[in-house]
Amino acid sequence: MSGHEPVSTAGRRGFLAAAAATLAGVLVAPGIRLIEVAGARAPGEPATSRVRWGMLIDTTRCRADCNACVLACERENGLEPAGGAGVDARQRPQWVRKIELKEVATGRTASLPMMCQHCAQPPCVDVCPTGASFKRADGIVLVDRHICIGCRYCMMACPYKARSFVHAPLRDQHPDVPRGVGCVEACTLCVQRVDRGLAPACVDACAAAGHGAILFGDLNDPDSAIARRLREVASTQVRADLRLDTGVRYQGI
Amino acid sequence: MSARANGSMRGGPPGWRGMLLRATLAAGLAWAGMAVAGEGGRTPQPQLVIESAEACIAPPAEMRRKHPQLLAQQKKLTVREGVRGAGATLAGCISCHASRDNGSVIGTDRNFCQSCHSFVAVRLDCFDCHQPAPARHGERATPAPITPLAGGEGAR
Repeated sequence: MSGHEPVSTAGRRGFLAAAAATLAGVLVAPGIRLIEVAGARAPGEPATSRVRWGMLIDTTRCRADCNACVLACERENGLEPAGGAGVDARQRPQWVRKIELKEVATGRTASLPMMCQHCAQPPCVDVCPTGASFKRADGIVLVDRHICIGCRYCMMACPYKARSFVHAPLRDQHPDVPRGVGCVEACTLCVQRVDRGLAPACVDACAAAGHGAILFGDLNDPDSAIARRLREVASTQVRADLRLDTGVRYQGI
Repeated sequence: MSARANGSMRGGPPGWRGMLLRATLAAGLAWAGMAVAGEGGRTPQPQLVIESAEACIAPPAEMRRKHPQLLAQQKKLTVREGVRGAGATLAGCISCHASRDNGSVIGTDRNFCQSCHSFVAVRLDCFDCHQPAPARHGERATPAPITPLAGGEGAR
């Protein structure tokens, strides 16, 4: 029977191909997709809670003598001390820093980058008196500088010491990373890059330095590289006892 | 009962004299307004140079009145909800209206944002944080290498 109807078979095949192509990003209604495509969102589309951005940092590949991630972060977000003259070096904003861990009993050391852990239950958001600290739908914890009053409660509340305060007026900020005096700030997971479908600057810098110790992706997508790796290897949330459900996980500590 | 209805009851309905008086007053005020505020009038006007005046997202009268609301709405949408590339963006204003002289919307009283804001004495603090010059490609000294995300995974 099928041999007698070549035209209709081809038509059916064409229809199936078209249906399969449509399924790649099924549009139920404008703006609502059955299958969420991770990466850059369409213009006008808000961040969605179907995605939760996170990182897995492999401390066995992180080198103590390398700070490529720190430099890339400063370059990407314009953290060079332009206009910050007269500010004590200890008070310079820093969004990611390298730290060394040493197990006293065995002497084993590990090096790792420490930054905002993008908690699902962020204490900085709990304590913020103005609502400036907030968690975006896709899990990125941010400061809305338009309403930050610079009280620094969030800096006290953060167990990871991840936030900085801008003490002096700035100039030459990067156009897509506005920042200014009197506000608290921290790692944004390079939200300006993530929204364009790119990985954070530190992730790329680590890969470019040949270490590839940072894996970035969608924790909610079971097929993403980060979710697959989290299923395979033992990972740690720093201060897991606080049950903050961090978006940044570490391996090998 | 509204205040206006009360007023008209107290003073009685306006007769033709009242109407004539009002019309004369209105015409006189309009003439005086033109003489004072118009071109060559004695009230100073903001001296602004508008680059790319023709291609705005709304007519000038609407932009003059509503730009704070448009920007406030957009800043909320973009910062808090992550909406990108839609509506009235500050970067959009800057990319069209930055002066060709100093490449900025502020700096002198002839620059687009500063001219009106200094004229009406409304403090302009957007640029304490935001860059008043348009984004230039290749501006960053050493751009980090860019790897596109495929299916939500990072550089491997």
